Amino acid sequence: MLDASTPLVEMTDISIAFGGIKAVDHASINLHRGEVVGLLGHNGAGKSTLIKILSGAYKRDAGDIKINGEPASISNPRDAKAYGIETIYQQLAVADNVDAAANLFLGRELVTPIGTLDDAAMESRAREVMGRLNPNFRRFKEPVKALSGGQRQSVAIARAILFNARILVMDEPTAALGPQETAQVGELIKQLKSEGIGIFLISHDIHDVFDLADRLVVMKNGQVVGEARTSDVTKDEVLGMIIMGKVPSGAKPGPGAISG
Amino acid sequence: MADQHAISTPAHPSTFTQNPIQRFLIATEVDTRLLGMIGALAIIWIGFNIFSGGLFLTPRNLWNLSVQTASVAVMVTGMVLVIVTRNIDLSVGSILGVVGMVMGVMQTQILPVQLGLGLGHPLIWSLSLLAGLVVGVGIGALQGTIIAYLRVPAFIVTLGGYLVWRGAAWWVTMGRTVAPMDQTFQLIGGGPAGSIGFTWSWIVGAVACAAIVAGLYFGRRQRRRFNFPQRPLWAEASLAVLGCGATIGAIWVANAYPWPVRIAENYAKANSIAVPESGLFISHGIAVPVLIAVGVGVFMTFLTMRTRFGRYVYAMGGNPEAAELAGINTRWVTVKIFMLMGGLCAIAAAISSARLNAATNALGTLDELYVIAAAVIGGTSLAGGVGTIAGALLGAVVMQSLQSGMVLMGLDSPLQSIVVGIVLVFAVWLDTLYRRNKH
Repeated sequence: MLDASTPLVEMTDISIAFGGIKAVDHASINLHRGEVVGLLGHNGAGKSTLIKILSGAYKRDAGDIKINGEPASISNPRDAKAYGIETIYQQLAVADNVDAAANLFLGRELVTPIGTLDDAAMESRAREVMGRLNPNFRRFKEPVKALSGGQRQSVAIARAILFNARILVMDEPTAALGPQETAQVGELIKQLKSEGIGIFLISHDIHDVFDLADRLVVMKNGQVVGEARTSDVTKDEVLGMIIMGKVPSGAKPGPGAISG
Repeated sequence: MADQHAISTPAHPSTFTQNPIQRFLIATEVDTRLLGMIGALAIIWIGFNIFSGGLFLTPRNLWNLSVQTASVAVMVTGMVLVIVTRNIDLSVGSILGVVGMVMGVMQTQILPVQLGLGLGHPLIWSLSLLAGLVVGVGIGALQGTIIAYLRVPAFIVTLGGYLVWRGAAWWVTMGRTVAPMDQTFQLIGGGPAGSIGFTWSWIVGAVACAAIVAGLYFGRRQRRRFNFPQRPLWAEASLAVLGCGATIGAIWVANAYPWPVRIAENYAKANSIAVPESGLFISHGIAVPVLIAVGVGVFMTFLTMRTRFGRYVYAMGGNPEAAELAGINTRWVTVKIFMLMGGLCAIAAAISSARLNAATNALGTLDELYVIAAAVIGGTSLAGGVGTIAGALLGAVVMQSLQSGMVLMGLDSPLQSIVVGIVLVFAVWLDTLYRRNKH
């Protein structure tokens, strides 16, 4: 049995450099079951890069990843999925020219006993999941290109939850959405959290993070400035962490904190 | 359940339109673009028939047209996948050339002379064909690997391949033409002997009709199983009638073209059949290369529509990054596509060299351009992600119809090139307009 205190994800001293620029510099971060961790920082702070290492899109130069306390080797998106890590990307990562069901099952298609695609079964599952997520969704037969931004995002989210993810990474999930759709995604995050899924929520909208996250981690210049329980800090203090790297008393400083 | 209810009674767009043609199109869910192409083809055929004084729409010309299309048709099915994944293959004509040479040398020298198999030995044509396929797939694998793993653009790799394989074709025999081909191998190229005849043609037609009806039936049953919206029954029936009608029409045309008088007489003499007063009427039936091309078309349609491989090809074309992030091994899929393309070039090489009854080092020259043009006329988008096998096959027929029609009208070959070039640009422009209006 899993000890409740064993983190679901433990990333320790992760570093990656692109052509001499340290995009992520000895960053450590963890996540527990049923927890939402907000990852905050400016554009270029390294938060998306850090999380792409977890989802297998980038290969780390150094550092360790543990899933459920076991060392994990993640070198491509397939490995990550095998660990139950699903990612919803900032730039809507859907194939525009195929329909919603094809996108939901992309890379993990349902097949008939003779190995051909079982489109009807996939469409049926897609209708089920999308019905839960976005009951107004009807356009199952059209290429995703024809859908609105919110509808496309619900396809991307449905893809992540369809395969019983244990760890969900959401990179700016609401960036392309209107207010109503953003609220829907918020509800969804609460629901998934109650099901015991651990969620990394990357955002530069501090309000989103305060509404949804239990804990937040601030990054700046590739380093972790500090982390805090959402209830222990104010929005202004967090802004100070993001902009100046100044760690308030309610937060635990990281390697990127400026002293004094 | 509210949701179930909504599924079983969709707000079908047909309820808002009054025009019976529009209603028919929506209910049958046919691809209007494909329908437009069939319309364009009909206009081309009727136009040529008028301007050539009734020579175009004859069983003889249509039969020849089908045989002439076969080689490009086989290759275009692979080119669709190549272009859909945002690649290009400029080397198909040269691969055809070198593979044709390899198959020619195999059946005229290596197998009968060096290995001592007697002339006409059944292993000769089969091993030659196998060798050709191995070489074709191997070349495809090599080019695909360079494109996918070494990240050299497909345009460059296959431009290099265009030169390399054409040169290699020359090297196989130092430029010497190889002829004649094995008797059985020649059947792949068509001709009176290389056609399946009256009875078998109708059997093939019957099987095809049965397959069309069965396909519609199972599709409907599958949708009913999951309680999805279905086409109205009359729409299914019209699709069945149209599909079977087209099949029967094609078989009828193929059977209406008799063997040439001299060949029929020789055949009658050899088999001691009495020749009637009116002359002996022996139907060609479907030519073997056409049968191969249709088979390849059906197989490739199946591959693109019903397999994971096909799904990945389209997803990669639509958004390569999304496909990669979804865990698809995009590089290996790319290699497989080029291997498939190489194999199809080998089949096309067999058809071309068998039809010519010789392998020359010029075999397949300019074919890459015809194949790409056919794919593009058939609606394959160079931007990637869009294209169908059926459309590309129609594109190949359109290209060949233009050429054969202009020959019948006695146009000079430079003028033919000019017309084909203009049609290509015009067709793509029309397609752009169509897509813009649709969205």
